[in-house]
Amino acid sequence: MIEREQVLHVARLSRLRLGDEELDTLAGELSSILDHVDKLAEVDIEGVEPTSHVVPLENVLRPDEPRPSLERDVALSQAPDPEDGAFRVPSPQAEA
Amino acid sequence: MSTEYEAVIGLEIHVQLSTRTKMFCGCELSFGDDPNVHTCPVCLAHPGVLPVPNETAVRYALQIGAALDCELAPESTFDRKNYFYPDNPKAYQITQAAKPFCANGNLGGVRIHHAHLEEDAAKTIHTGGGGRIKGSDASLVDFNRGGTPLVEIVTEPDLRSGAQVREWGQLLRATIKQLGVSDVNMEEGSLRCDANISVRPAGSDVLGTKTELKNMNSFRFIERGIEAEIARQKEVVSSGSEVVQETLHFDPSTGELHSLRSKEEAHDYRYLPEPDLVPIVPTQAMLDEARESLPELPAARAERYEALGVQEGAALLLSFETDWAGFFEGVLAADDSIEPRVAANWVTGEFAAELRKQDDQPLADARVTPEALATLVGLVGSKKISHGAGKTVLEEMVASGADPEAVVADKGLEQISDSGELEKIVIQAIEDNPKPAEQVRSGNEKAIGALVGAVMKATQGRADGGEVNRLLRQHLGL
Repeated sequence: MIEREQVLHVARLSRLRLGDEELDTLAGELSSILDHVDKLAEVDIEGVEPTSHVVPLENVLRPDEPRPSLERDVALSQAPDPEDGAFRVPSPQAEA
Repeated sequence: MSTEYEAVIGLEIHVQLSTRTKMFCGCELSFGDDPNVHTCPVCLAHPGVLPVPNETAVRYALQIGAALDCELAPESTFDRKNYFYPDNPKAYQITQAAKPFCANGNLGGVRIHHAHLEEDAAKTIHTGGGGRIKGSDASLVDFNRGGTPLVEIVTEPDLRSGAQVREWGQLLRATIKQLGVSDVNMEEGSLRCDANISVRPAGSDVLGTKTELKNMNSFRFIERGIEAEIARQKEVVSSGSEVVQETLHFDPSTGELHSLRSKEEAHDYRYLPEPDLVPIVPTQAMLDEARESLPELPAARAERYEALGVQEGAALLLSFETDWAGFFEGVLAADDSIEPRVAANWVTGEFAAELRKQDDQPLADARVTPEALATLVGLVGSKKISHGAGKTVLEEMVASGADPEAVVADKGLEQISDSGELEKIVIQAIEDNPKPAEQVRSGNEKAIGALVGAVMKATQGRADGGEVNRLLRQHLGL
């Protein structure tokens, strides 16, 4: 069971502002998702190595060779508030 | 009775690798370029992109592990460290938590817990408000640095003082520099050091509450910051209070410690395996390469130099600086009749001092070649010129790159080898300086210095000091 406090904590970590009603709804929804996933805990995994990936691949690496970067204007074209060639964002401290 | 406290210090060191490209994309690494000119959809975290690890960064990480005497993992995986901050557009950093590349190492008696590969964050510049971070109202983000490969080295809490941290840090920096995998320039941020500090009653084996001292850009500042924090903690616990876990910043200009982002300290990174990256299983060839490509590391080199007879201080100096070691070995290679001890003293003593004196020239820009210095050392060694004249010649060599033999000839510095000529000058010096001469005769041997000085002045440093002393003593009846 997920408590309201836990929802608030996760919301704070993600910088989400949630209303009272949303907190209750999300607590319920998150609880049912976790309960569902919890079913997996019933499986006996004694002596089984954790699976990090389902695809049997390893050592997918890239040679250390430069590839063209984006033009700065293009990189910034999605930014709501560019300034001096940089992405301008609200101070992360203001909402902490 | 008051309790004695001891400090317990562990370090987290971030080393930026000097690969050509970023950790997970092909953007070039740079320092000091205009903001946001090295970005792409991967390092800006656009939807649907996939990271691909840089093969050279993996190789460098394994090399660092080998140099730190670590066990290299048979299989290594990446994890996501979740945090929401504008320096990381994915809202997580790709790092290694469960299976880092390197673990259980040791460097200079300090145990290495592990070393892992990860990506650097972007640079944020906080505008408005006053001072560092706190009170800023907006931030400008530059993603050039975002995604730079980092190796984070985590030590066990084996260090006990600020001075020890400085010395060990210098050994670590020299070791990594020697590998050629990083610039390890603290001012430019390619080597960054955080220290976890706590105090406990001496002899106890329980760890006290620790604070973290962040991001200092020189080992001198680290030493001072740590000493200040140890003093503060000792005072807190001595007065019966408790140390509060927090992150601190040391201001070297005031010597004060400030608490940083206490609200952010709820470390809750919710690590999870990175689903976008498959495991890396270092092949035997990769492991062999990491171990076999190790150059001679500073600790081993210092031992070798000492075995050659070089004094400890000079051996350490040479071992920690690759280019100085190269110069020293160049001198030995140019003339194998020169004793290593003598060559080391010239290189780290007179030569280094002369470079400092003349505009603080870096060795890389010096006009003096190892061969030329070898010639000079040979001239002094064979008594063709005196040690004092040698310094005069060196001054000229550093200033203009002149050939030592040419300088000796030009300035007529060749040592006076005719002892009859020297004897006349000695007798003259005694006549001209009756006072010190009398003092020496009546038992004050130190006064002979004034007479030696007079002879050296008269010969413009061209006389052999030992011979001058011998002649003076003879004529003073000693």
